[in-house]
Amino acid sequence: MAEYVFETEGVKKTFTFLNRKAPYGTIYALEVLETVLISAAFEQHANIVFVDDGVYQIKKDQDTAAINMKNFSPTYGIIEMEKEDADEDEDMDMVWRIIVEKESMEARGLSPDDFKVEVEVLSSAELADVLEQSDVVIGG
Amino acid sequence: MFHTINKSPFERNSLDTCLRLSKKGSAILLFEDGVYAALKGTQVSAKVEGAVGEHPIFVLGPDLKARGLSEDHVIEGVSVVDYGGFVDLAAEHGAVNAWL
Amino acid sequence: MKFGILINEGPFTHQASDSAYHFTKAALEKGHEVPRVFFYYDGVNNANKFSAPQADDRNLVKLWGEMASQHNVDLVVCVAAGMRRGITEDSLAEGFRISGLGQLVEAGIGCDRLMMFGD
Repeated sequence: MAEYVFETEGVKKTFTFLNRKAPYGTIYALEVLETVLISAAFEQHANIVFVDDGVYQIKKDQDTAAINMKNFSPTYGIIEMEKEDADEDEDMDMVWRIIVEKESMEARGLSPDDFKVEVEVLSSAELADVLEQSDVVIGG
Repeated sequence: MFHTINKSPFERNSLDTCLRLSKKGSAILLFEDGVYAALKGTQVSAKVEGAVGEHPIFVLGPDLKARGLSEDHVIEGVSVVDYGGFVDLAAEHGAVNAWL
Repeated sequence: MKFGILINEGPFTHQASDSAYHFTKAALEKGHEVPRVFFYYDGVNNANKFSAPQADDRNLVKLWGEMASQHNVDLVVCVAAGMRRGITEDSLAEGFRISGLGQLVEAGIGCDRLMMFGD
């Protein structure tokens, strides 16, 4: 069980985190979030994408008190802050995008006002291009 | 890009979402319960038959066989591969996305 | 080519770990490298040394461990996901090690492809 050592110094990739699952019903949303935050430490480009029921992850006003589960939606605010820090810091070569697919959003009767973070709304065709330009896709 | 789908199209929307968000020409592999999308004569066959012209589509033979299905049941234009073929597809195309 | 593998489900409820195992085996047979397999979510249960399947069933915990020793595959169990599910040094099967989620991101950066198997 020898630890493998990767040469990652100076390697810049574009990660896409593809969120397609609703929160709370399963754990997938939470654990993808943790991966997104870790990737910041490696200064990688990242697309944080919400598709299908994943768009429900960023719904405003989540209150989990009565189901006694941790409300992890504030973490999306942390991601938004990381993105803004990266945008403002000229020395930092890290581009993050927070993207919602228009078709998934509209199919669920939602609009950008329903979300707790500011998002780019892209059509399926535009999102297909973003996916195609990714080096690594991690979903959940 | 290389897409894998491991969900039955009768249970989940992975196939639909993959077809909506994939670029023409990118490869798709159906495996595990995803193999049910590769079959002729089902309610979803037309979807896959329509996609054959836009995407190279593959199905994993060992998962077909395990489920009592043979190559005779597979839609024309969908190619059957083994695990070695799965590896080749992943190596030949760019980033991989598993539509879970 | 270097393949990184991510397994998000345990060894019995889903086929994910089986598929990942067969993929990894085929990749190694073709001369590719699989430097790291990362176990996340319920996937950490693939490293439970107390797992005892019946004699006529495959034992994925053992199969992964053997693959690690034969082919130098680095089997990494996510520490946070493992702790939630009781996979700690005390329950860790041979061939696996526990580390942080950074090891997954690192595999994504360092490998040519990252393959995800889950539900």
